[in-house]
Amino acid sequence: METIITGTSGILGMAAVAAVIIGFVFVNATALGYIERKLCGHFQRRLGPMEVGWHGILQMPVDGIKLIAKQLIAPRNVAGILFYLSPLLALAPVALPLLVMPFAPRLQALDLETGLVFVLAMMSFNTFAVFLAGWSSNNNYSMIGALRSVAQNISYEIPILLSLLTVVFLARSLSLRHLVQVQEPLWFFLQHPSAAIAFIIFFIAAIAETNRSPFDLPEAESELTAGFHTEYGGIAFALFMIAEYTCMFINCCLATAVFLGGWQGLWLPLGAYGSGLVFLIKAYALMFVIIWCRWTFPRVRFDQLMNFSWKYLIPIGLGNFVLAALMTKI
Amino acid sequence: MSEPAPHTPAATRPIHYRYFMNLGPQHPSTHGVLRVVIGLYGEYVLSIEPVIGYGHRMHEKMAQSRQWHAFLPNTSRMDYACCLPHQQCYVSLIEQHAGINVPPRAEYIRVITVELNRIVSHLLWLGAFLLDLGAFTPILYCFDDREQALDILEHLTGARITHCFFRVGGVLADIDEACAERIRSFIARLRSRFAVYQKLVTDNIIFIKRTRGIGIITPDMARRYGATGPVLRGSGIAYDVRRQQPYSVYREFDFDIPTGTTGDCFDRYAVRVEEMRQSLRIIEQALDRMPEGSIRADVPRRIPLHAGHRSFSVEGARGEITYYLVADGSDIPYRLKVRSPCFSNLSLLQELGEGMLFADLIATLGSLDLVIPEIDR
Repeated sequence: METIITGTSGILGMAAVAAVIIGFVFVNATALGYIERKLCGHFQRRLGPMEVGWHGILQMPVDGIKLIAKQLIAPRNVAGILFYLSPLLALAPVALPLLVMPFAPRLQALDLETGLVFVLAMMSFNTFAVFLAGWSSNNNYSMIGALRSVAQNISYEIPILLSLLTVVFLARSLSLRHLVQVQEPLWFFLQHPSAAIAFIIFFIAAIAETNRSPFDLPEAESELTAGFHTEYGGIAFALFMIAEYTCMFINCCLATAVFLGGWQGLWLPLGAYGSGLVFLIKAYALMFVIIWCRWTFPRVRFDQLMNFSWKYLIPIGLGNFVLAALMTKI
Repeated sequence: MSEPAPHTPAATRPIHYRYFMNLGPQHPSTHGVLRVVIGLYGEYVLSIEPVIGYGHRMHEKMAQSRQWHAFLPNTSRMDYACCLPHQQCYVSLIEQHAGINVPPRAEYIRVITVELNRIVSHLLWLGAFLLDLGAFTPILYCFDDREQALDILEHLTGARITHCFFRVGGVLADIDEACAERIRSFIARLRSRFAVYQKLVTDNIIFIKRTRGIGIITPDMARRYGATGPVLRGSGIAYDVRRQQPYSVYREFDFDIPTGTTGDCFDRYAVRVEEMRQSLRIIEQALDRMPEGSIRADVPRRIPLHAGHRSFSVEGARGEITYYLVADGSDIPYRLKVRSPCFSNLSLLQELGEGMLFADLIATLGSLDLVIPEIDR
């Protein structure tokens, strides 16, 4: 197996991989936070952070330090350990899919045969954390946010699965590495019409799955103040934010690997490690679209959100799946 | 996505079914210190109980304890988003009661500043309403435009929000040629910006889905609660104090009273956007026809108001503002009663919102354009 840990083994290798991934999660969330604030500023005809460092580049680290330094305040009657556990529970599982993400031919920690299933399983932990956070906070806003989150995530996981299944059907593999490799001549997105439709379904559902605007109902500010994390401050809040950004990033990575050809495509002579850059460019381009949507659209209503999944995305996804099956057979 | 009529659970469900929640007094979408106690059943709102009074500052009592001119700054602190109509109402009331004639140029300046203030208020509302719907960006666009108008008002009145610009018998400062030019360029700028709002907001499919057919106020309901302003006009009743009982020099201007057809949130939005255009028209006409002359009548420092009572109404950004004065012959009002349009408009909420979805309640509350300190006074 060609991996980043080639040459190392055992406990040391695992520790190295863990350190790299944890570091990447924090650096990536910081970078995305900065990009989001900067982009948001420019979408809104202002500059965004400008004070700390060159063009405010140190704003996010400074904010991070501030959040870490803050006292953790728990309201009376919160559900004790669960209240403190849920931010950790939000972050830990969303970092794990990075293990199997094929960034470049040699830049992958672990190539599981069932990589795709692993990613999806880990991602669905997020719902659990959000629900626990809302429930344990002893706050009406949080509770409603948590309930919304569960309903929303259950509804939108189905279109995500359907769209990914379409591609699995075309590639006949669940290994992410293999999924990228079979896109050698042409990306799935361009190769196959049903993969293109699946990509659009996946992308919309991924925005909803990660609770991003226009589907950010669990934390609908104008309705629920801050939704499920109303009662969280300091580092607990920061962990939720990092988890949210990582979650988004993983969805973008998944879209890149499964639909957009992974590390292939820009035809740059970057080699077995360097073509990870191509992968990241694609993933960040998708992130840009997500951020763009957030700062453009109003929020949908809860019943509209549900209808959109059950009446549009799921039927189209099913039809698309059948189409893919027929086309591969013929 | 066509929305079927949502299953509305009976409002008569036992009280223990309800999940009570406080919207406010500190909440992002109550725009101030309104508290609404809502009883939820899932996402449905079963009961609504607005609680007011958190911003009570005894303005009316203050009026009774000081000479009439000393109350002027208070008038601009009731409705902080659109204070000049309040001032206009108060000074016009005193002028009428004392029989003071205002120079025509002063009346024109009053109209120009009041209409600018109306635009400022509607822009603020537009941004805040879209924020309630979850769109974060339009408020910055609105504030960008609003700043330009505020700069002009600041130049004239010396304040950005709580302008104290009108005096009994006239206004404080004149609009000179340079200022008129600034106002003209603002008019041109805002007109070009309506196309941006059209693209960003009016044509946005999510915005339409969130506002069309939501929070429908029937004309009958609007009348029953005494709603005024864009809330009433959104329901299709073309009632505007500027047209029904013309005051100041509004008779001389050519402008339309926009009305809605169904009385939903979208109509109230459309009425306000159109009102901004009409205000621009009024300002343009006023600038073109502004007569020369003094800006302030010669008024004695103390005017004992002769015994009697009198009321005066103007059209504020939120509806009809009425000041009712009872004078007893001294130079201190015996009683001053303010009719705030927001109070009547808020009263609608209870009947309007029951059985609604939670998110629609927020949209409806936003579309009423409430400024709570005006209710609490």
